[in-house]
Amino acid sequence: MSLVSLESASAASAGISSSLTQLRSLAAWASGAPANIFAPQATPAHTIFGLSLLVIAIVTAIFLAVGGLLLYALIRFRSRPGDDAAEPRQIYGSNQVEVLWTVIPVLILVVLFLATIRVISETERARKPANALDVIVLGHQFWWEYRYPKQGFVTANELHIPVSDPKAPRPTYLTMSSVDVDHSFWVPRLAGKMDLIPNKTNVMWLDPQTSGLYLGQCAQYCGMEHAKMLIRVYVDTPEQFAAWVEAQQQPAVNDPRVAAGKEIFLHTACVNCHTVRGTSAHGVFGPDLTHLASRDTIASGVVKNTPANLRQWIEDPDSLKMGSLMPKMNLSPHDLDQITAYMESLR
Amino acid sequence: MNSTGTAVLASAQPPRKLWLDHVQEWLTTVDHKRIGLMYIGYALIFLVVAGVEALLMRIQLSAPDNHFLSPEVFNCMFTMHGTTMVFFVGMPILFGFGNYLVPLMIGARDMAFPRLNAFSFWISAFGGLLLYFSFLGGSGLYGAGSAPDVGWFAYAPLTAKLFSPGHSTDYWTLSILLSGIGSVGTALNLIVTIFTMRCKGMTMTRLPLLCWLYVVTSWLTFLALGPLTAAQIMLCLDRFAGSHFFDVQAGGSAVLWMHFFWIFGHPEVYILVLPAFAFANEIIPVFSRKPIFGYPAMVAASVLIGFISLGVWAHHMFTVGLGPEGNAFFTLATMIVSVPTGIKIFNWLATIWGGKIRFATPMLFSIGFLFQFLIAGLTGIMLSVAPFDWQLGNSYFVVAHFHYVLVGAILYMIFAAFYYWYPKMFGRMLSEKLGKWHFWLFTFGFHLTFDTMHIPGLLGMPRRVFTYPADRGWAMLNQIETVGGFIQAIALLLFVWNMIQSYRTGKEAGPDPWDAWTLEWATSSPPPHYNFAVDPVVHSRRPLWDRKHPESPDTHYE
Ligand code: HEC
Ligand code: HEM
Ligand SMILES: [Cu+2]
Ligand SMILES: [Cu+2]
Repeated sequence: MSLVSLESASAASAGISSSLTQLRSLAAWASGAPANIFAPQATPAHTIFGLSLLVIAIVTAIFLAVGGLLLYALIRFRSRPGDDAAEPRQIYGSNQVEVLWTVIPVLILVVLFLATIRVISETERARKPANALDVIVLGHQFWWEYRYPKQGFVTANELHIPVSDPKAPRPTYLTMSSVDVDHSFWVPRLAGKMDLIPNKTNVMWLDPQTSGLYLGQCAQYCGMEHAKMLIRVYVDTPEQFAAWVEAQQQPAVNDPRVAAGKEIFLHTACVNCHTVRGTSAHGVFGPDLTHLASRDTIASGVVKNTPANLRQWIEDPDSLKMGSLMPKMNLSPHDLDQITAYMESLR
Repeated sequence: MNSTGTAVLASAQPPRKLWLDHVQEWLTTVDHKRIGLMYIGYALIFLVVAGVEALLMRIQLSAPDNHFLSPEVFNCMFTMHGTTMVFFVGMPILFGFGNYLVPLMIGARDMAFPRLNAFSFWISAFGGLLLYFSFLGGSGLYGAGSAPDVGWFAYAPLTAKLFSPGHSTDYWTLSILLSGIGSVGTALNLIVTIFTMRCKGMTMTRLPLLCWLYVVTSWLTFLALGPLTAAQIMLCLDRFAGSHFFDVQAGGSAVLWMHFFWIFGHPEVYILVLPAFAFANEIIPVFSRKPIFGYPAMVAASVLIGFISLGVWAHHMFTVGLGPEGNAFFTLATMIVSVPTGIKIFNWLATIWGGKIRFATPMLFSIGFLFQFLIAGLTGIMLSVAPFDWQLGNSYFVVAHFHYVLVGAILYMIFAAFYYWYPKMFGRMLSEKLGKWHFWLFTFGFHLTFDTMHIPGLLGMPRRVFTYPADRGWAMLNQIETVGGFIQAIALLLFVWNMIQSYRTGKEAGPDPWDAWTLEWATSSPPPHYNFAVDPVVHSRRPLWDRKHPESPDTHYE
């Protein structure tokens, strides 16, 4: 696996690599911006960051040169009050300068293009190591399904992946598609975006070097609640990740204290759309709820997973996410309390 | 064409006309100038409508988790705003100026096919009305969303019956289909007019650059509207006849629609920008008091842009999974198109160089255009770098980029064109004082909105979101953008007021208020029905310069 280190990425932007750290700290002003593309934390985002510095340096230089000439010309050649009425000298053109300002841009673009194809190939042709983690990502209107085929479980909306130590990399490969319309998976600090398209599979990889929570959201307009199709990527230490996988592999907790709620759940339309492993609920239209209570948020990151929010969600999903595809089911307050309690037990 | 002759005789002794006579005259006119003005008026109305839609969106986005618009309405707003601005503001206003100016500048009495011209206008106008009728008729039997809400590029399968019930998408499809027919008609008309109706002495190498650019734009329209129309027909078949071109549930392809749309869509952006170049080519020389620098290079660059822009469409699809080869190819193609674009900027710069620049309002807007198009081209280069686009694509950075082009470049040149040619059209000058207010206020608002807009894109804000969480660090920036939006709206109102006010009280323009050089300034303002009493004869690219400077006419230098 040719996991490119930050150094070789910035080698593409030769000459400005020294200012890299400075720019990074400049980008830190936006530390209040958790989805800043200039605060990369995984190789694909790092590599793009390095290339983007080169591109920005070039276009800034062009802007200063051409804009400066323009400004100079406007001031220098302005007509002045005391001018005579004569027209300025009429100049019709010059082939030499035309050639000049054709060739120079071409040379600049050659440099830019070479740097670009290098990054394209480093990202898209990277060799997949044997220890890579595979996750299947399926886009739904308006939530994310994550399947861990080798580990044998399905979850939703909160993606957990292991941190990838640069010395012993363990990248995660996301194989992506959609069950309905186009979506796009974008977590700016980890990688560029990649579309999820029905009838097509796309692959992207991530190798986050620092553990923590990374935010993003759907970046292809997918209908009414496109804006609330948020992404949360939890980058775990290897130990945390192993523990999380272990927990997710278990069937749902069967807590006798919420047996009444479970009964109601199993006899409501919920089961047509939701799966709770270890029960008769096998629906696949909505998110897997087997370990719902282990998630920090509900409805793809829209609200915190608190009992009050959960109850409100089950009572009337539209009140939190108007246009979500989960219907309001007119449950009685009693049933709502019971089902919420059951949901809370699904650790 | 020969109806103009009799019209002259009739107007020699004008009887008092009822207002109904005026209406009838305009409704049935085949005069290129009147059709041009109708195109322009129609586009201005839609400009205001789409502007209001933009402001509604800006209010909604001015604060995180805002509830001013529901997601349903917001999604209709950006779809209607985009569709209207591209198809019912940009295209008609540019065709309007083309219609008005091209025959005058080549010394002709009308377009080649005056009736086709009227037909093209009315069918495009009908398309626009149909789009807006969807607010009333779009719900169909299902009571679904009342206006199109699929985005201006309407990606499949969001447009399938399953995801878009009711008829709003059908209105969208049909209105674009109709306006496309009108565009092809006008494109054909412009090409034939320029190729066959030039006055005596006007060889293609003496053709004003404006007309050259309209040739290229018309050819692009001709080539690009085909795939779009085909795609719309396929979509109609999917929705009404049960075919499966884009129906992914039955094995259709979502990516197919993207290719069809962007094979149209990228040339389309050049269809819109080339007329803006055309205006710049006329206005910048006159206010610098020098001929355009490098006429042959300008023609060559325009034709090259036309060709290359047909081969870059998939830079809108860098995140679709084209594979490394596809991404590399379309990066290269897109970078190449910026070379002839650069040539144009350099030639404008060289035209200004050594001149005696007069800062009248048309020139102010042209200067705004030069700076802003430079920036837009440079952000375009950033986007053409496929890996950078993986981050920037579909974010607010892209929205800022294309508004820099569409507003900062195209709309600015449209404003310049109004200030420059309004005296020709109505015989009166627009107020320079209001014009300068308009320019500075609009420029301030524009930069407040669109410079700022790049940043949330860099901070991860995707486009087409009706709201956003508070913790992302985007709120302040969005608020600034909204303020800028309102400042631009005020400036636009000043402009409308200027046009109305000057129509009555503006200074008399006379035939040639700017001391300009092309043929439209050789006839009265406004020109008579037949344009020129005597068919003009030209000997160079600047016939009026030759007339004003017999001591050193252009014929000695070209
Ligand atoms: C018609 C199918 C359908 C039915 C019936 C349904 N849901 Fe849902 N549910 C969904 C969908 C779709 C979502 C995802 C919504 C979103 O985020 O946009 C969802 C989301 C949820 C979530 C949040 C999951 C998460 O990971 O964030 C919970 C909890 C939930 N449903 C519980 C219930 C309960 C309890 C019932 C029965 C009372 C029920 N649902 C009935 C389709 C359904
Ligand atoms: C130097 C020339 C230009 C270059 C290199 C360039 C490059 C690009 C690229 C690569 C994109 C794709 C971004 C994305 O969607 O991810 C884009 C988008 C866009 N550009 Fe440009 N562009 C240029 C000029 C123009 C012009 C002249 C116009 C309009 C007249 C224009 C209008 C647009 C529009 C409307 C979009 C957004 C399309 C959408 O909705 O996705 N651009 N440009
Ligand atoms: Cu989505
Ligand atoms: Cu394009």
